[in-house]
Amino acid sequence: MTRVGRNGFVIALALTGVCTIAAGQEEESWIIQNARIHTLAEGAEPIESGSILIRDGRIVEIGEDVTAPAGAAVIDAAGMDVYPGMMDSVSQLGLTEIGAISATVDTVELGEMNPHLRAATAIHPSSEHLPVARANGITHAVVAPGRLGGFGGGGAGISGQASIVHLDGWTVEEMDINASAGMVLTWPTLSTRSFNLATFSMDRRSFREAKEEYDRQVAELGEVLDAARRYAAAGEAGARERDIRLAALGPVVGGEMPLLILAQGEREIRGAVEFTKEQGVKMILLGGSEAWKVKELLVEHGIPVILGPTQRLPGEEDEAYDQPFTTPGELHDAGVTVAFATFGSSNSRLLPYEAGHAVGYGLPQEAAIRAITVVPAQLFGLAEDFGTLEEGKVANLIVVNGDPLEIRTEVEHVFVNGVPVSLDNRHQSLYEKYRSRPQPER
Amino acid sequence: MRHTTLFLAAGLLGAPLTFSQDTVIRGGTVLTVTGGTLSPGEVLIRDGKIAEVGTSVTVPDGAEVIDATGMFVMPGIVDAHSHIAAESINEGSVAVSSMTGTGDVVDPYDVNIYRELAGGVTTSNILHGSANPIGGLNVVIKHRWGADAAGLVLEGAPPGIKFALGENPKRSRGMPAGVERRYPATRMGVQDVIRQAFIEAEAYRQEFADYEAAKARGERVLPPRRDMKLEPLVEVLEGTRLVHAHCYRQDEILQLLRVAEEFGVRIATLQHVLEGYKVANEIAAHGAGASTFSDWWAYKVEAYDAIPHNAALMTERGILVSINSDSAEEARHLNQEAAKTVKWGGMSEEEALKMITINPAIQLGIDDQVGSIEAGKDADLAIFDRHPLSTYAVNQMTFVDGEMLFSREKDLAMREAMAAERAELEAKLSGEDDAGRGPGGRGGPREGVRR
Repeated sequence: MTRVGRNGFVIALALTGVCTIAAGQEEESWIIQNARIHTLAEGAEPIESGSILIRDGRIVEIGEDVTAPAGAAVIDAAGMDVYPGMMDSVSQLGLTEIGAISATVDTVELGEMNPHLRAATAIHPSSEHLPVARANGITHAVVAPGRLGGFGGGGAGISGQASIVHLDGWTVEEMDINASAGMVLTWPTLSTRSFNLATFSMDRRSFREAKEEYDRQVAELGEVLDAARRYAAAGEAGARERDIRLAALGPVVGGEMPLLILAQGEREIRGAVEFTKEQGVKMILLGGSEAWKVKELLVEHGIPVILGPTQRLPGEEDEAYDQPFTTPGELHDAGVTVAFATFGSSNSRLLPYEAGHAVGYGLPQEAAIRAITVVPAQLFGLAEDFGTLEEGKVANLIVVNGDPLEIRTEVEHVFVNGVPVSLDNRHQSLYEKYRSRPQPER
Repeated sequence: MRHTTLFLAAGLLGAPLTFSQDTVIRGGTVLTVTGGTLSPGEVLIRDGKIAEVGTSVTVPDGAEVIDATGMFVMPGIVDAHSHIAAESINEGSVAVSSMTGTGDVVDPYDVNIYRELAGGVTTSNILHGSANPIGGLNVVIKHRWGADAAGLVLEGAPPGIKFALGENPKRSRGMPAGVERRYPATRMGVQDVIRQAFIEAEAYRQEFADYEAAKARGERVLPPRRDMKLEPLVEVLEGTRLVHAHCYRQDEILQLLRVAEEFGVRIATLQHVLEGYKVANEIAAHGAGASTFSDWWAYKVEAYDAIPHNAALMTERGILVSINSDSAEEARHLNQEAAKTVKWGGMSEEEALKMITINPAIQLGIDDQVGSIEAGKDADLAIFDRHPLSTYAVNQMTFVDGEMLFSREKDLAMREAMAAERAELEAKLSGEDDAGRGPGGRGGPREGVRR
């Protein structure tokens, strides 16, 4: 029998002795036993004490009575909880290493219309951010190009295709889940103020000027989608001239690929909803700081929201101090589909706490868990393979010693793509290195 | 709306600084931080101070009794690194700006004072920025929302000054067009600026000593000309002004400790100190405190080796550690940031709570007034509905000097009044003729422009 230790190394225990082998090299199957299993399957209660058998990357058996096959590595999870792995619905993992050093950042391309660019092209599998996120239970993530946060405004336009990846793999191809999962569109902002980096102060303009620019930008987006439709039609009619920009928008105008529209203000969200309805394209709202002001609209049109960090300041001085904390619960109560995302990279590990913070302010705990597991899988059309613990699904899961939304809970084991992964990372290594530094007599 | 918010808050939450009534908080768990956990525990507040704390306290006639059943009472949170409530933060045009200070620009209308109060923060160290090796003077404030600028200042807090090392003072990320470069541009230059300033301060101190000596001898001498840049640095040399030094990398941390030691100065706190865990032995030997973020990393090169175990590792090596915010947002959940030291590095829950209460209070030299629930200290308290290290914990009430300056219940009620007022104002606006109310016109609503 073999046992899997906390850092993802399989420890083979035999009557004659103990040897250690690296994970994934010789093992073919793993069984997690005696765990409280939160399957998150529709309508299912947690299994109080059960097992999960994993083989060839998938969950092959799950339940109270699962027989351990010969040769399966055993993880005794007595007293522990098993959940589906967490999915960061919008991140920049692998696209950026050190924020202040542009040489290490591949998030924002020049130009306002880059539908043909794909995040997966630039995801760095050796990024130190990946193992850090993974060690806290993030098993897969949407990686989106573009200026997703920060200050300065601007950046309106299509920044490229978001890619969904496992947070483990020797190459980005091995990490791949869906390289073209959605088209990222930063919605134009109707603002009379913008921050000028050169003068470090606010520039102002008239509302009329701002409105004219906004209208022009929205019109241009419509024209691009029209051009994509004409291009697709011409292609079907036999035209041979290639335009990879317009070709990339084909799945969007064809209704297969969602537009991931980053919009924060009420006016911008309304504008984006109106636009996608007119265009007949799928929309997922990203950010949505003021989504709470347009709950009915989002419900009416069935538009889900991937919320930006819960832990942020209110948008206005006279907004309730806890508005960012209550927004997820308010949207949930109104019937809006809500997922959480960090929109970042180094802080991707904080995803469960962004969800957890909303629980104190009205979001049911189970909804918070679902919003970082099942819901994003559904939003991106991955529900057949991800999001719940059910037979046949990809084994992306975590073993934890409590509620994963609580900071004090520890992540004991992480499976990515059916294999236990190391929980070691840059931080753990540095910690261990300097913890072993000799201490002088005091 | 900003002023409306303020006046409504001040109006609903009671006139500030009048202590006519005793208050007893009972039924909850009291996390004293320095004297263990009392469950159940009770606290008697009188004249703005904690009069009694224990499993059972005197309930004077007429005392207001607050039922905290099922809740957790903890000391008001102390944030050792904040930039709220100040009209400006950085005087970066010179390498030494010790003639300036945040105490001169306190903004009592900053709504972040209230937002942080809602997160349980009652005391903040308002620091100058990190644009130069020697920055401006600090001011320690209490979150006395509704008080004026002078009323926010915590009386009796030892004065301090900001120092800064590394990427920020050497301005490695370049400056906007039109801004000239300024010495220093390297960590070597940063150390030089600090050493030169100490040398100048020593000479300045000597000038005054010579003057006093001459006067004592009965000589008729003119006093030396005062220098507002050097006076605070003389106080640093004398040990009467605390140095709070922004730093990241282990090399710059050591260089500061050594240059300070040359002049007999002990650094009070190393701020951020993200690589403090690498030189924890040396920091402990010097006797500096460390005040760090819980888990920010990788936003710049000098933050690439930051680890969330930093606070725990430094604590294990005998350093007094606090967790700070450096952010009006982060300050709203410092209780959760403290919880991260339990997760990463295995601190006990009490040690974690100390990092946002008594430890920063000691670092700021105000632990005789705040930082724990002890008889005689200021009645600065936060009452959470769950254990404050839980992600789900929501602060329900915050007391400053015995006054309940935040109440979640009252805040929720206040929103309805504000919504009604807003609707009324909007109706007035939309009903009005546009004449004389064009853009920027006198009658137009003032935009709440912030920095």
